[in-house]
This record gives sequence, C-alpha cells and structure tokens, in this order.
Amino acid sequence: MTDKTNKPSGLTRRSLLKTASAAAGLAAGSGAITGFPTIWAQSKITLRQFGTGVSNINAIAEQCKKDLGITLEMTATDSDAAAQRAVTQPNSYDIADIEYWILKKVYPAGVIQPMDVKKLKYYDKVVPLFKNGKLKPDSVIAQGTAPHTVGYVEKPGTKTFAKSETEWFTMMPTIYNADTLGIRPDLVGREITTWADILDPAFKGKTSILNIPSIGIMDAAMIMEASGKIKYADKGNMTKEEIDKTIEFLIGLKKQGQFRAFWKSFDESVNLMASGEVVIQSMWSPAVAAVRSKGIACKYQPLKEGYRSWGGGLGLAAHLKGAQLDAAYEYINWYTSGWVGGYLNRQGYYSACMDTAKKFMTEDEWGYWIEGKAAKGEILSPEGKVMEKAGAVRDGGSFEDRMGKVACWNSVMDEDRYMVRRWNEFIAA
Amino acid sequence: MATVRFIGVGEPKPKRNIRISPKLAAYLQAAPLTLILGVFLALPLLMILVVSFWDYDFAQMYPDFLTMNYVETLGSWVTWKTYLNTLKFAVLVWAITLFIGFWVAYFLAFHIRTMAMQMVLFLVCTVPFLTSNIIRMISWIPVLGRNGLINSGLVNSGLVSEPVEWLLYSDFAVVLAMVHLYTLFMVTPIFNTLMRIDKSLVEAARDAGATSWQVLTNVIIPLAKPGMAIGTIFVVTLVMADFSTVQVMSGGQSASVALMMKNQMSLLQYPAAAANAVVLLILVLSMVAGILRIVDIRKEL
Repeated sequence: MTDKTNKPSGLTRRSLLKTASAAAGLAAGSGAITGFPTIWAQSKITLRQFGTGVSNINAIAEQCKKDLGITLEMTATDSDAAAQRAVTQPNSYDIADIEYWILKKVYPAGVIQPMDVKKLKYYDKVVPLFKNGKLKPDSVIAQGTAPHTVGYVEKPGTKTFAKSETEWFTMMPTIYNADTLGIRPDLVGREITTWADILDPAFKGKTSILNIPSIGIMDAAMIMEASGKIKYADKGNMTKEEIDKTIEFLIGLKKQGQFRAFWKSFDESVNLMASGEVVIQSMWSPAVAAVRSKGIACKYQPLKEGYRSWGGGLGLAAHLKGAQLDAAYEYINWYTSGWVGGYLNRQGYYSACMDTAKKFMTEDEWGYWIEGKAAKGEILSPEGKVMEKAGAVRDGGSFEDRMGKVACWNSVMDEDRYMVRRWNEFIAA
Repeated sequence: MATVRFIGVGEPKPKRNIRISPKLAAYLQAAPLTLILGVFLALPLLMILVVSFWDYDFAQMYPDFLTMNYVETLGSWVTWKTYLNTLKFAVLVWAITLFIGFWVAYFLAFHIRTMAMQMVLFLVCTVPFLTSNIIRMISWIPVLGRNGLINSGLVNSGLVSEPVEWLLYSDFAVVLAMVHLYTLFMVTPIFNTLMRIDKSLVEAARDAGATSWQVLTNVIIPLAKPGMAIGTIFVVTLVMADFSTVQVMSGGQSASVALMMKNQMSLLQYPAAAANAVVLLILVLSMVAGILRIVDIRKEL
C-alpha cells in the first residue's frame, strides 16, 4: 500500500504564485532575506522531494520557503514504495529523502547523481560516522548497511560504491537514530539489560516485535545473537542458513506463545504498550515519547549488545542540472545549516551536522538531547508540547553513548526475497 | 468563395425519420452496463490475470509468461495453511451469522405485529452501521484486552484470578469481530424473504395439524432458502476478502489470504499478489457457483 500525501502546505496554485511574487517583491525591496541568495524567489524554483516520511515535515517546507524562497513539495511513502519510485519514476522527483539501505538498492540504477563535496558548505561538519563508520576514532564499525559503505563513489557515472572517502558523496546525511527495545518499567519488575530478556518466560504472551520484514529480522537477529543461539558473520547480510535458523527460532517462540502480537504501524506499537498488553517490545523512539505523553511510564531501554541503527539523507536526482541543480545544492546547504538540525534533534532524532544544529537549540535542550544531562527546565517538542519535566534524563544518555554503541544498521540483504518469503511463513505459522 | 442563395432555390432538406431496428435498440440499452462492467470489472480482472504471469524484482515488473508466481504460491505450505485458515474463518462466521441472522429475521417477521414496528426494529439493527467498519472493530480492543472491560470485570468479581488472555489477539477475537460486522448482511436478505411468505401457508400448515417445529422446518426454512443463500454469498465473500479484521483482531498472529496479498503488495511483489488474487477469485467463484446450484435465488428476485 502506498500512502501518498502531497503536502505543499495547503497552498493552491494561485496563492502560491501570489506568495512567490510577494516574496520576490519583498526580496527586491529589502535587498536580501537572511543572507541567502534571493534569485530563487524570483524564478519560482520548486523542488519535489519524496521520501519515507520521517523527515517529511511541513514545518521544514515552510521554513525553507521563508529562508530560501524555494517551494518544497513533499511526498511521503513507505520505504518499499520509496525504493520503487526512486527507480521507476526518476523524473518524478528532484530530491530523494531515503534511508541508506534504500540507497544501496537504488543507486546502481543510475537515478541518483553524486554530490561534489566542494559544493557542500557543511561537509566538514558531518559527523565522522557517515565518512568512515566511526563516531570516535576508536569505535568499532557496525554490521549491516553502514552509511559510509554506500556514501561515496569514485566519480560521477560509476555504479559501484567507493571503499573510502572521496570527492563524490552519494547522499548528504540528515537524520538518524539508534533503536532499541521499549519497556514498561512499572510492569517488567526487573532490570532489563540485554536483547535476550524479551525471551524470558516471565514475559510469555507479553512481548511483541515489529512485522516489517527488513527491520523485524534485524531485531530478531539481535535477540537471537544475544541469547547465544547463533553468531552471525554479518547480521545485515545473512546467508540462507542463517535466515532459516532465525525464522525457525522465531516460529518456535511464536508457537510457545511468547508473543502477544506483531505490530506494523507506529500507533499499534503505542497502543500495545499503553494498554499494558505488552511490557517489552521493539519500538521506535517517537512511540516511546507518545506513550510517555499519556502519563504512562515507558523506557527506551539501552541494552548491552548495542543498538540497531538507521540513517537517511538527501540525494540528488540524476536529471537535475543548471539552475535546478544549484537550487538543490542551496537547499541541502540550508538543510544542514542548523535550523532543521535543531528541529530534528528536538524530536529525538539526530542531525548529521551537530555543530550547526547547536546554535538553534537552547543550552538546556542541547544538554538534555545531546549531552545526556538532566533537564533543567521543561523540555518542549518542536511543536511546543511538553515532552519531559525538569530533572529528566534521556534514556541511553548522550549522543556519543547512544550512537557510539551501534551494533548494526538497517540493511538490505542479498537474500532479500528469500528472507521475505520465510518471514511470511513465520507470520502465518 | 461566397455562396449566394436565392430565395426558393434551395430545397429544404426533407425531415429524416430515424428508425432503429429493435435489435439495435436492445444493444444500445445494454451498452451502458456493458461498458461499465467491461471497463471497471472485466478489464481490471484481465490485467490481474496478465500480470500474474509476469516477472518482478524489488522495483519493476517485467512482461513475461512465467508460471513461477503460481508455482511459488501453490507450492508453499504457507499458502495452503493460509487458505485453510481463511476457510475456517469463513465457515465459522457463516454458521454463526446464519444462526443469529435467521432468528433475528424470524423474530422481526413473525413476532412483531405491526409493519411500522417491524421497520423501526429493522432500522435499529442497522444503527451500528452508521459508524465505520474499522471503528466498530477497534472498539472491541478495550473491551477484550488484558486490562479491558471483560477482564477487569472477571478479575474484580473474583471469578478468575488471572486475566483471560485468549479474548484478544486470537482466532476467537477475529471470529467475534467478523460476526459483529457481518451479521446484518445475513439478517437483511432473510428478513426480506420471510416477509414475502404468505401467512396463509402457515395457517394451512397449522390446520393440517403441523406443530410449530414442523411449520418451521417444512414451510418457513425451505421458503427462506433464497434469502439464506444471498446472505451466505455476502458473508462468505466478505470474510474471504477480509484483511483488516484479521490483522487487527489477531494482532498480526493469524493470516488470511487477503492479508497475504496485502503483504506482497506492500513489498511491491505485484505479480505474486496477482497470482494469489486469481486463485482466490477462482475459489470464491466456485463457492458462489456451488451455492447457486443448491439454492435457486431467482425465486427471490
């Protein structure tokens, strides 16, 4: 199913033209707005961006219009539809806002053009995680489709990824996070320290994992490896035997009644947790926030094996050239200049250019979200809703603590189709 | 070049009588429906059939003639298990809705005396249908859940010490929700046929010495068969095509054919889903054909 939500922020064509010409007039009158070039407003540049919806946020489109005069048309789809669209309709978008594992699938089709890092104003500020896979020089590179492994090509036109940093960047990283299990601390009744705790017979019929094959299999792999049942060569690229073992293990668990349900959408995971049907399950960070906002205790529990991480970025469509290409670079430079980064950080995600985002956050916000310090005052969401009271500390702690402990990245396996078929057997079993 | 016409020179055109042969008229009358069914039913079905033979990868479909999709679909135990599971739901829901539906219709048709009251009560039956199907289904969750109405009632009254787990996210929950959703589709056609039964037939049976039970089994039920058949067709096709109820009420733990197709489509495996759709269509059509063989629903129409 493809949910296509076109969100040009409710503007009709006419009012769009009006605003554009008003902006142009204003730009001409005042000389310059916020120091960015004003030519975009005059030539009414529109960029069509599509992606998986995490960062398809209307507020970003509005701010972009205000700062750059570029109209952003955003379309959100689920990840499989995004991969399909990227390949089959390469002229239907200008900017692809996709995850790295999707990029790995679609880049070889030649639909994304690499970026010249010299034109990326904030390239130097990008955290090293996206350049060499290490957050700090001594970090271990995680398994799966780590962004740096698909981050570079030798030169435009090549279809294979470069082994190390080059002048040509495939995508500008924008948003990423570290995922783990969510728990109800009031109901689990003990310390949760490892992914294998979801197998505890005490939680029989009170656990859940997500039923999205490409992500669910990774959570299953983390659980299975933590329990010592198997040691994967690469969780992100399992062999057929490893897939078989993992699925059989899951089927066994399902038959014993370990799981209460499997969730597919964000709200299902929130409801399962909030109603107490489930006390420990796969979860995404905004879902934990949503449960907590109902006044129900919920914790995004850091586990000793580390996190399953995901990351996305902005890629340039191959057909872009001339003024449109310049506008796209301008947009990406604006995106990484801090306002968006601050917005994403305050949502609980991470921005790829931390230094620029810092300027757009208060000291308390920076301390809570990034440094893992206790909040001094109330922590507000970007929409102004109270998320945490004073004294709260972020689950998992600081940015370095969380992103430094990534065990694997969301990935696409060579045996993808086989895995999906076996996953369906698990659900039907 | 200008044409000059003198008065009286050009003859007025003779009036044309348009006559259509009766044959053509019949075709013309049938044309709109043929066109609608052709464009919106036959053509899409044909496309599904064609696509079911295509090849695919994650991004695209490739026109081809492969039986791979059918081999993969029919060769996997998952498919068979899923079909069996779906048929199990269909049989259970059909039996329960038929039982409930018949007695509700019977009560309305024979025990309510005034026509006005009958209509009022019938409309009352349809009241739940003023809300959306999904909402009616999801409303069961807070009722059946571990901390739901029923469980807290049972635990508080001391009848059970632990909440009953199988109420939600189980086959029971799926069947319950489906019965709730689809019973009206059984009530309506049965009520309709029962209303047409000539009351003098019942009187005649009584005069001939039949007991109430005999009246029911020998007169009313045989005459209600067309309504039951129509209700059966509704319920069976609805259950066979259902995916949302199964997914939500079983918590993703149970599978149905339509859910399997939905999974395939969300992974963009359209040809595989199309093959599944063709198999399901054949199955449902043969079920409907079977029902029509047993009961002549034209009596109803």
